[in-house]
Order: sequence, then structure tokens, then C-alpha cells
Amino acid sequence: MQMPEPDQGVIDAKADIVTALRAIVPGEGVIVDAEELKAYETDGLTAYRQLPLIVVLPETTQQVSEVLKVCQARGVKVVPRGAGTSLSGGALPLADGIILGLGKFNRVLEIDFDNRCAVVQPGVTNLAITKAVEDQGFYYAPDPSSQIACTIGGNVAENSGGVHCLKYGLTTNNLLGLEMVLMDGTILRLGGKHLDAEGYDLLGIMTGSEGLLGVVTEVTVRLLKKPETARALLLGFPTNEQAGDAVAAIIAAGIIPGGMEMMDKPAIHAAEDFVHAGYPRDVEALLIVELDGPQAEVDYLIGEVSRICEENGAVTSRISENEEERMTFWAGRKAAFPAVGRISPDYYCMDGTIPRAQLPVVLRRMREFSEHYGLRVANVFHAGDGNLHPLILYDANKPGELEKAEDFGADILKLCVEVGGVLTGEHGVGVEKRDLMGAMFNETDLKQQQRVKCAFDPEALLNPGKVFPQLHRCAELGRMHISGGKLPFPDLPRF
Amino acid sequence: MESQKAETLAPETRDQVTEAVAWAVSQEAPLEVAGRGSKRALGRPVQAAHSLDLSRLTGITLYEPEELVLSARAGTPLAEIEAVLEEKRQMLAFEPADLGPLLGGAAGAATLGGVLACNLSGPRRIKAGAARDHFLGLQAVSGRGELFKSGGRVVKNVTGYDLCKLLCGSYGTLAVMTDVTVKVLPRPEKTWTVLVTGLDDATALAAMTRALGSPHEVSGAAHLPAAQAAKSAVTYVTGAGTAVTALRLEGPDPSVEYRCAALRKELADLGATEELHSHNSLAFWQELRDVRPFVGQEGLAVWRISVAPSAGPGVVAAIGEGEAFYDWGGGLIWLALPAVGDAGAGEVRAAVAAAGGGHATLVRAPEALRAAEAVFQPQDAAKAMLSEKVKDGFDPKRVLNPGRMYAGI
Ligand SMILES: Cc1cc2nc3c(=O)[nH]c(=O)nc-3n(C[C@H](O)[C@H](O)[C@H](O)COP(=O)(O)OP(=O)(O)OC[C@H]3O[C@@H](n4cnc5c(N)ncnc54)[C@H](O)[C@@H]3O)c2cc1C
Repeated sequence: MQMPEPDQGVIDAKADIVTALRAIVPGEGVIVDAEELKAYETDGLTAYRQLPLIVVLPETTQQVSEVLKVCQARGVKVVPRGAGTSLSGGALPLADGIILGLGKFNRVLEIDFDNRCAVVQPGVTNLAITKAVEDQGFYYAPDPSSQIACTIGGNVAENSGGVHCLKYGLTTNNLLGLEMVLMDGTILRLGGKHLDAEGYDLLGIMTGSEGLLGVVTEVTVRLLKKPETARALLLGFPTNEQAGDAVAAIIAAGIIPGGMEMMDKPAIHAAEDFVHAGYPRDVEALLIVELDGPQAEVDYLIGEVSRICEENGAVTSRISENEEERMTFWAGRKAAFPAVGRISPDYYCMDGTIPRAQLPVVLRRMREFSEHYGLRVANVFHAGDGNLHPLILYDANKPGELEKAEDFGADILKLCVEVGGVLTGEHGVGVEKRDLMGAMFNETDLKQQQRVKCAFDPEALLNPGKVFPQLHRCAELGRMHISGGKLPFPDLPRF
Repeated sequence: MESQKAETLAPETRDQVTEAVAWAVSQEAPLEVAGRGSKRALGRPVQAAHSLDLSRLTGITLYEPEELVLSARAGTPLAEIEAVLEEKRQMLAFEPADLGPLLGGAAGAATLGGVLACNLSGPRRIKAGAARDHFLGLQAVSGRGELFKSGGRVVKNVTGYDLCKLLCGSYGTLAVMTDVTVKVLPRPEKTWTVLVTGLDDATALAAMTRALGSPHEVSGAAHLPAAQAAKSAVTYVTGAGTAVTALRLEGPDPSVEYRCAALRKELADLGATEELHSHNSLAFWQELRDVRPFVGQEGLAVWRISVAPSAGPGVVAAIGEGEAFYDWGGGLIWLALPAVGDAGAGEVRAAVAAAGGGHATLVRAPEALRAAEAVFQPQDAAKAMLSEKVKDGFDPKRVLNPGRMYAGI
């Protein structure tokens, strides 16, 4: 992985930079000790490692602003970091850059039930938000599987999803406001407790910007009332095609389940061996469909979904009769990653999205790739919205296997784009998919995105080396080639 | 080489849009960008040499009901799209408002591109999200005369910056959308509405807050003070002869009936309750969506104010005059004030600031007033600067709807 050329001048000036940073964040908030830096050398994409130059752990927005000002003045690159669970290498350090850790921003600042929102600092974990409001029957809807660990700041940066986002939306659909700091130290407030932007939707563009546009220092999220009840169905199908058809038929019937997840045979077996959730072993595909809402609605829809799945060839069908049983249905799915981790020394988690109807084609091609590379693959799949998580099994200790796994992954993602989908549904581009961006976007598309980057961070000091295969200088991007001069399409009628 | 004559360019293809913008750039001659012009009177008047008319750029290019996705050329009439969706019992869940009549024009003249460019959402905004939340992908021509794309046709997508968000609500000032893809959703089987009658604004807020804080999945929460309720065409609403607070419930039959009964019980201590069934419910929420109470009413300017829901009645009280009604659980205020002087801008802006933030848009006012007063919420220096740089990135020569939102942008 090619990262931006380290700036030797910055590395040589380390002592000076440390002094300047300590003047802003005193004591243990500035880390230089190699042993301590090691804790930051990687994120959830563990194949890549790099010690940062310095780690800074500010505690106030003012400190963040001053740190960024100092870095901007000295041309020091900055990588923001939450909990470091990114699966795309978004928080991968740079040899000549600082890690700006938001871990100390860990307070829930305000809970406002009347306006159904909470104001929290970016280092608060996703689950902690729900924990803070659940006694009043509220929750924060987006629920990434990493929710015990990942921070809301990281969720904003990655626009994270979860199993319930089919019905309740991704992070971007559940935010009301942000406080953020630009690379030049400017502090901005976007949104608040009201809906919609007054001008350009800067909150919208910040969400999913992977730490390249600004540092998030406060987040206002929307809270929802917990549904009255939730029940799940566990459905086994003899083929992936039939499971896919059932998913399409459920949606065509006008039903949007709270969650709709699919697993293929290798994933079912791995999960069952690990947590003994009672999954059927003799089926090719398993669907978990969760319906939530008022009791009367859930009972009615459970019947509908059950009928539709039978019509589409489900051979096993179980309905959760109580909360414990519902949790058991989910246990296997929620533990799918570690379960696969048990059957293989290493696994590589992919994240493409496809139009749902393409599922059979994509699974078939994936089996061909699997044979070609000689690597196994297990699939878990947010079936409702077409977001695939193929887990490629490999052994990093075998020479060449990591590279093979990466090539396999790249083939899957290119296939996703080829069938009308996208490279990443929720994990982000980061360093991982950076060099695949050309499969989805042409040079003009990418340059237009980078012009947004130029508006926020003209020196390209925030998290460089991520998302864009090639960073152009803003001056170059600003240049215009003016052509034309003749009145266009003279044959068309004018008014 | 400035061309003297004002031209209206009406491209029929994406390439022609590119050509038209490139020409405008070469002439340094700004374009007024419009679909069918139904919202031309919304925003600051644009000083443009020529017009770019997108009403010929039409047609649904993809509709896959089972994938919940629809793509169309930006100039496709909204009515055409809604008719096609209706056949499959689907809808645009953000409930785009038809502001044509409010702005003095015809009903049903909106285009999909125009709706997205203005990020117009109706009462269901509080549950289903805004137009921006349903906008999945686009192709557009920037003010640099370059065609680019962003997003895709799937809901789960974090590949690159979400330029759809930025263009949604940019009033054609960043790029000319040529092709758009939106998420569509099933239409609810049944729509009922619980009415609570006779509440003052503060009690109505309490009722809406209680309903929205319940697990009953309320998909619309509005309050019409007596004077506004009296204008409804739904006789149950007019017939109440007093203020009406309305809470919408949508979903499968058994669920709606159950929730309706439960909600009525939970609100009974606040006032008398009544219910509207499907036909009346649909009519009522459509009136509200399209700001019917203020249609016609010549001489009145109309403000659209978004604040924290709990601040709604306080803002109206602080402004102290005019006619108002509430949507979005109290967070959206439609306010009509005499279209004289600054149309109450001073009071409105002060009340929004005192409420802890939000924004007010002068949606309807005579052209001279919209030229003299800020139509959109004035921004602080930092945000104004950033918005200007964003504009620079898309439209450095200021050829697309210059000044429509803010001077210099
Ligand atoms: C086991 C496992 C399961 C997962 N399941 C899911 C899932 O179901 N759905 C899903 O969407 N993701 C999932 N993820 C991915 C990951 O958890 C999310 O991307 C998460 O949002 C990252 O949060 P974080 O706090 O760990 O951020 P980090 O990994 O620290 O950072 C991620 C990115 O955000 C930036 N960033 C962090 N904080 C800020 C800030 N305050 N301001 C600006 N930029 C910032 C960083 O620079 C980086 O680019 C999973 C990860 C793991 C390891």
C-alpha cells in the first residue's frame, strides 16, 4: 500500500512539535514513547501497521482547534481516531503524522427527551448512547456489530450502519447536529436540535467523509422510542436463490422488516459450531427476519412473512416466542465474524453492496473466484439492502496468502460494481479500497469530490492517503479549461 | 463576445446540458436553472443573462419496485413519478410538498429534480426523513461544464463523499442535475389520524411530544390553531370549530386500529379526541403538506421556520403577530405576516436565535422584498466562508443560479 511520501522535515522537527503540542495539551495527553505509540499502530484492518509520529489526546474543542492550528502552520498531517475499529484502515497512522485521539471526549452532554435527541461527545461509544437513554424506553437506532467499542465520532466519519438500518437508516439519517473543527482551527456548528440545513447540507457531506474534512467534536443524535415488541423468524432454504426470492417477495408485499439478514452454508456452520444457536445445518441459506413495532402489527406481519417464505421454498421455519429465543436467533449472526475467526487463522471482511436481484449471480461468481484462488469464503449479508459481507479465509503465515485474499476481495468488489452496486456499503474506503475507486468513478467524478476536500482542507493535511487514489493539488483542481463559445445545439427550439 | 439576446436553452439530453453550461462558462454569462419553474418565486431573484430550462429532460429510466429504487431524468414531472409509483402501491416517503399553488402558480407542476434541489419534505419528515435521506445517486453538470456522478442505486453506500447530500437543497447553485436516483417505499395499507380538539399551542405541543415519544410510530404531528383549522376542506376539521391537533398513524390495518385506540386513550386527559379515517386523513395531510391555509392570501408573506420542536410555540409567541400553524411535532412553523417592510424578518430572526438556533426561510414574498431581504437564514462567518469555498469547487465562475441562496453564492 503506497502512502504519501513522509515529510522528513516534519519528522526531524518532532521535538519542536511535541513542545508545541504539550503547550496545548499538558501531561500525558501527548504520547511519544514507542511502546505506548504501538497501541495506535493499526485499526480493525490489522494487515496494515504504522507507528505514528506522535499521539495527542485532547480533552476540549479548544485544544483540538489549537492542535490543528499548530499542525496546519507546520505542515503536519493529522489522522483523527475514535476507537480504532475501522475495517478499511481509516485510522491507519502516518509516519510523519499525529494521531488525534478523541477517546477523552467521552461524556454524554445532554439528553433531551422532549426533543427526542441527545448531545454527546464524539468518543462516546455507540452502545453507551442507547444505555444512557434506555431507562426511558428510548434508543439510538444505528447499531453496528462493533457497537460496544466503536465511537459515535467514528460512526459519523464512516456513516456506519447496522442490522436495523433497512428500516431505521444509517448514521446519516439519524444525526441532527455536529460541532466540528476544520484543519485551520475554525470551529463550526452544523445543525442542532432542529431539522434540515439552512444552506448547503454540510452535515450531510461531513457524514461518511472518513476524517478527511474535519474533526468532529460534538454530535447531536436523534433518539427513537423502543418498539413495543420485536419478534424474529429463522428460515432455512435449500438454495440461495430461493432465499433471495423470499427477500424480494417480502419487500414486494410492502413489508420493511426491522432487520433481514442472510447467511450462507459456511457461515451457518461456523456460527452454529461456535454459539449453538440451533441453526439448521442442512440448508444452503438461512434468513433471519425481525419484525418490530406494535404487538398487533408484529403478530400480523410474522404471519405474512412466514407465508411468503413458505411459498418461496423455506424448508425450516421457526418463530421466536420470547425475548430469549429472539436473542438466540441473533446470537449466531452477531457472532459470525469471530465464529469464522475460529475456523481460519485469519479472515478478511469485505463490504460491497449489490442490487438484491443480483445475489444469485454474485454468489455463483464468488464460488468461482474461491476455486480460482483456493481460498474459502463465508457470506453474511444484510439481505434487505443488498450489503454483502463475504469473509475470505486465509492464513497470513503462509507466504502469498494475504495477497491472494486481497486480490480475491478486489475481484468481489469489482463484481459488485459491475452488477450495479458499489465498493463499500458501510465500512468505508479508507486505504483498503482506495485504489479500487477507479472501478466506480472516473477521473472527473473523483476530482469533483476532491474539490469538496479543497474547500475544507486546502493543504490536504487531514487524513491524507485515504479514500482518494491520487490527491491532486487544490490549485490544479481549481484550474478551468474553457472551450466552446458557439451557442449550443442550434437545431433545438428556443423560446 | 457577450451575446446580447437572452436565450432560453432547453436541452433534451445530458450532453446538451453539458454543452449549454460550457457555453455559459465561455460567455461568463450566468444561467437561471429551472425545471418547470414551479418554485421560481422561491429564493432570491437570480440575475442571469440566460435560462436553462430542464423541462425537456424527462423520463423514468429505471424502476424496480422490488429493489425499492427509481431513476429518472431530472426534469421528469413529479406527478408522472407519483402515478407510476401508485400503480405498484409505492411512494416517495418524504412526501414532497407541492408549493406551486402557495407560490401563486399551478398545482402539479413540480419536477423530481426541482424537489431534490430544494430538499422539500412533507409531514412525514419526522419519521421517514427528508428528501435528502432518499436521494441515492445522481449525474450532474458542474458550473465547470463537467458531467460527474455520485452515489449509486443502492441504499447502503459509503463509497466517496456523499455529493447527493450537498446538491440536495442547493437550489441549483452547485450543479445542474441531469439524472437522479431515489429510494422508494411501500405505501401504507391504511392511514388514520387522531385529532385532539380545542388545545392552545402549549398544550398541543405537549400532546405532540407525548405522541412522538410513544412507541406508536406517529408519522405526522401537526397543530392548527382555530383560525387555520377553519380553512380546511375536511369537514371534520372545520367542523371542530376550534383548534385541531393531528397525529397520523400509518401501517397495516390491525396495527393502525390498535394504535389509534391506544393513542386516543393516552391523550384523552388533554382534550376531546376524534379520528379521521383514510380518505379524510389523506386529504388533511395533503393540505398541510402543501401549506393550503396560506394559499391565495395575497398580501401575506410566508415564512417556514425550523426549530427544536419544544421551541415552536415560544417562537410564535415571541414574534407576536401573524397567522401560524405547526408541523413536525412543533418544530416546523408556517407563519404568514404582512408582506410589507421586511415582512417581519427582524422579529422572526430574533425569535429563532433566542430559541437556541434553527432557520427561517422567506418562502413567499414579492420579488422586491426577496431581493432586499435575506430569504435564507443568514449564516455565521465561518459557515458562510465554507459555503463559498464549496461553491468555488463546483461553480467558480458563478454561472449557476448566482445569488439564489446567498449573495456571492
Ligand atoms: C467486529 C467489527 C464489527 C463491525 N461491524 C460493523 C457494522 O455492523 N456496521 C458498520 O458500519 N461498521 C462496522 N464495523 C466497522 C467500524 O466499527 C465502524 O466503521 C466504526 O464506525 C468505526 O468507529 P471507531 O470509533 O472505531 O473509529 P476509528 O476506527 O477510530 O476511525 C474510523 C474513521 O473515522 C475517523 N474518525 C474517528 N473519529 C473521528 C472524529 N471525531 N472526527 C473525524 N473523524 C473521525 C478516522 O480518521 C477514521 O478515518 C465493524 C468493525 C469491527 C471490528
